[in-house]
Amino acid sequence: MHRLLCFFPSKSNPLKNPISPFRNLPIFRTENPTRSPLRPATGFGLHPSVPTPPNRSPLSRFHLVSTNLSSLIHSTGGTRRFSGESGGREALHYDVVIVGAGPAGLSAAIRLKQLCRARNTDLSVCVLEKGSEVGAHIISGNVFEPRALDELIPCWRDEGAPIEVPVSHDKFWLLTENRALSLPSPFDNKGNYVISLSQLVRWMATKAEELGVEIYPGFAASEILYDEDDKVVGVATNDMGVAKDGSKKETFQRGVELKGHITLLAEGCRGSLSEKIIRDYKLRDKGQGQHQTYAIGIKEVWEIEEGKHVPGTVLHTVGWPLDMKTYGGSFLYHMNNRQISIGLVIALNYRNPYLSPFDEFQKLKHHPAIKSLLEGGSVLQYGARTLNEGGFQSIPNPVFPGGAIIGCSAGYINVPKIKGTHTAMKSGMLAAEAAFNVLDGGAQMEMYWDSLKRSWIWEELYRSRNYRPAFEYGLIPGLAFSALERYVFRGRLPLTLKHGKPDHEATDIAGVHTPIQYPRPDGRVSFDVPTSLYRSNTNHEHDQPAHLRLRDPTIPERVNLPLYAGPESRYCPARVYEYVPDEKHGMKLHINAQNCLHCKACDVKDPKQNIEWTVPEGGGGPGNFGGKDLSLSKIAEVLGKYYLHMQILSAVSISMEDFINLC
Amino acid sequence: MKILVAVKRVIDYAVKVRVKPNKSGVETSNVKMSMNPFCEIALEEALRIRESGAAKEVVAVTVGPAQCADTLRTALAMGADRAVHVDAGAAPVLPLSVAKILRALVQVEQPGLLILGKQAIDDDCNQTGQMVAGLLKWPQGTFASKVVLDKEKQVATVEREVDGGLETLCLDLPAVITTDLRLNQPRYATLPNIMKAKSKVIKKVTPEELNVEIKSDLEVVQVTEPPKRKAGVIISSVDELIDKLKNEVVSCNILNCK
Repeated sequence: MHRLLCFFPSKSNPLKNPISPFRNLPIFRTENPTRSPLRPATGFGLHPSVPTPPNRSPLSRFHLVSTNLSSLIHSTGGTRRFSGESGGREALHYDVVIVGAGPAGLSAAIRLKQLCRARNTDLSVCVLEKGSEVGAHIISGNVFEPRALDELIPCWRDEGAPIEVPVSHDKFWLLTENRALSLPSPFDNKGNYVISLSQLVRWMATKAEELGVEIYPGFAASEILYDEDDKVVGVATNDMGVAKDGSKKETFQRGVELKGHITLLAEGCRGSLSEKIIRDYKLRDKGQGQHQTYAIGIKEVWEIEEGKHVPGTVLHTVGWPLDMKTYGGSFLYHMNNRQISIGLVIALNYRNPYLSPFDEFQKLKHHPAIKSLLEGGSVLQYGARTLNEGGFQSIPNPVFPGGAIIGCSAGYINVPKIKGTHTAMKSGMLAAEAAFNVLDGGAQMEMYWDSLKRSWIWEELYRSRNYRPAFEYGLIPGLAFSALERYVFRGRLPLTLKHGKPDHEATDIAGVHTPIQYPRPDGRVSFDVPTSLYRSNTNHEHDQPAHLRLRDPTIPERVNLPLYAGPESRYCPARVYEYVPDEKHGMKLHINAQNCLHCKACDVKDPKQNIEWTVPEGGGGPGNFGGKDLSLSKIAEVLGKYYLHMQILSAVSISMEDFINLC
Repeated sequence: MKILVAVKRVIDYAVKVRVKPNKSGVETSNVKMSMNPFCEIALEEALRIRESGAAKEVVAVTVGPAQCADTLRTALAMGADRAVHVDAGAAPVLPLSVAKILRALVQVEQPGLLILGKQAIDDDCNQTGQMVAGLLKWPQGTFASKVVLDKEKQVATVEREVDGGLETLCLDLPAVITTDLRLNQPRYATLPNIMKAKSKVIKKVTPEELNVEIKSDLEVVQVTEPPKRKAGVIISSVDELIDKLKNEVVSCNILNCK
């Protein structure tokens, strides 16, 4: 494979997905009278509510193909929808609408309000969050580099930020099945802290609200609103109280439109709205050009025995249980209160469709060096999320008409450092500064792209651009090259390695691999999926349409199952996808959408890109409620386990092992 | 007619509770709190009665520390007209004290109906509604699964879920009703309503102003987790079963084995 030389074109272009049925649908336009975004210099404030005229509701081909959901307004694929369906929605106006109350979104909100205060004006800023509360959907390692926070809130130490555990030890192990070989640590974590990112985000939300930002958790932005010039004018939340068959329940509430002069999308990795925007406006081509690559991280928070806990210890491992061709590694960070976070990150361009990231994680915990740490402890929380690994090569142009994409939705993770929080926060701050200049001074939003390229984000990502692509050649060459990069080249090589195939194309056909037999969970250190799901606090209103859409409902049985042995039944860390026997002695796909952890792995890894992750009703999803003082408890765990078994809408009559043996 | 709805701020039903290390109670700091689900049902019923025209005003009231204002904002966002917050300090208030406070408020507000949830999911007391009815000497319809109001005759017909089935009572208003799960499905608070509720005024009252003394006759000595359920034993023969029944301490679990 010729990936060393930049001028060899990348073999695959994910933009030319032949399966998408939306290429030729007509684009409908609105007659929305909202126009100029530029404000008069004298006054700021909410615009008077402009009534949107009721528009026809276009039934997209997608709706007719999959279900009879004529009352649903969820936007699908690449179609542009009206702002306002039959019935009309209430519209609320803000200067800036931010989708996602994560590090990037809240940094942007705080920055905007700080700039307003400095210039003695005001802008109305609204942040929408699909989780039931701020921080509920935040999951990350996390070893935090305070560089961006120092710029945003310089006195965070005095303001009670939950950043208390400085990194004390930095360890790096190469694991084999029974041994752990200690290698020199490639990381330099001096000055960094081990934190719980959901706690930090909750603290940032209180800071934002103090400054006057309006934050609304429990509301999912499901649709982008356009005006007649194809400019983004805001987002709309989804209807609540829609039953599984699409009919309106007695609690039906129409979604609400949030119109903003600037819309910032901060949905995190593989954000559903961000992906649409990137596709529609072709932002990847306009940016660095490469496709984005992803990894899935599965994480648990444990409370371990006192003697084994050393606050500030940071451990990373490579090697076992992953093979030489699968990129990934584990992390184990000691926080305070005897809590540790442990997780496994696996790049989603793995080849073996029988790989199950969840089971690999359970295997990892049985390694002697790790098991000894966990024994005697108890699990407090579980969660999973995809993360970006594309780095510098995959950065899209984050500016679109009417707004910008910030944070992991664009993709600024420094992959070798495994840190993306600081760059996400900085990108939010830069976008806020650009947005402020647009609204206050008549500048253009492109200023954000320019300032990004001149900032330390760009320089940091440029220097670390070649680490991850080198692993296309295997684990040992990758490690060797990483050592060279780290100590000799330091990113100064005059070439930029390219990524391999996009993740969904990297899966081999099942025939060339053998099914992997994973050991049974022992209930003390490793667990099964229902137990782990219970610990994730994940819940959705069960009587709602499944938020995981199949673009072509026949593909799972026609392609995924025969060719790839149904990989979605394995890579999903919540076992949302299950193949169950149907009446005709075949197998069909059953989707337990209620279990979904909002990780987006299916959106990334489905071989035909047939699965589309859309937002469910706001408030559903995992619940990373975390306290500082969590102590052991088994009350609700025992009771809740049985409750969850009843709650999971599962028609499975065979276990996963039996299914694998059948194949 | 005015309807008074009493709501309580409790740990969210989806949160896994943990016992504090010193066993004095359950961990409540840094966990998600929300309105008691049964109180949501009570509020929804009050709103429906108002929307049917049988009542003019719905007033939400809560007893608790300062953070309870959030619960009242949710109530206002769902559609309550006014809210009253009785700030009783940070210590948990027991049902009898809450009942006395509600009696005092009823004497001030003079509602025609007092609706509460049947119990709170944190203490499962199931006492407040009954106690208030006793103190006020009002009729009570508890565990309501259906409520029909007759405005002219000033009578409420309440279908109750009792152990034997369903019981229908006719209550002369003013009355106390406590709501059960199957009464209704609470509505979602919409975003515009949440925004409007943020700026509504919540009336603050203290127990002293209502001439109620809060003293608790109960003291929580210890809170522990239930014992872990032991694994069942599969018995291979009848003789072994008889042997176990004779010699080991018998518990019902043995009968569940094959």
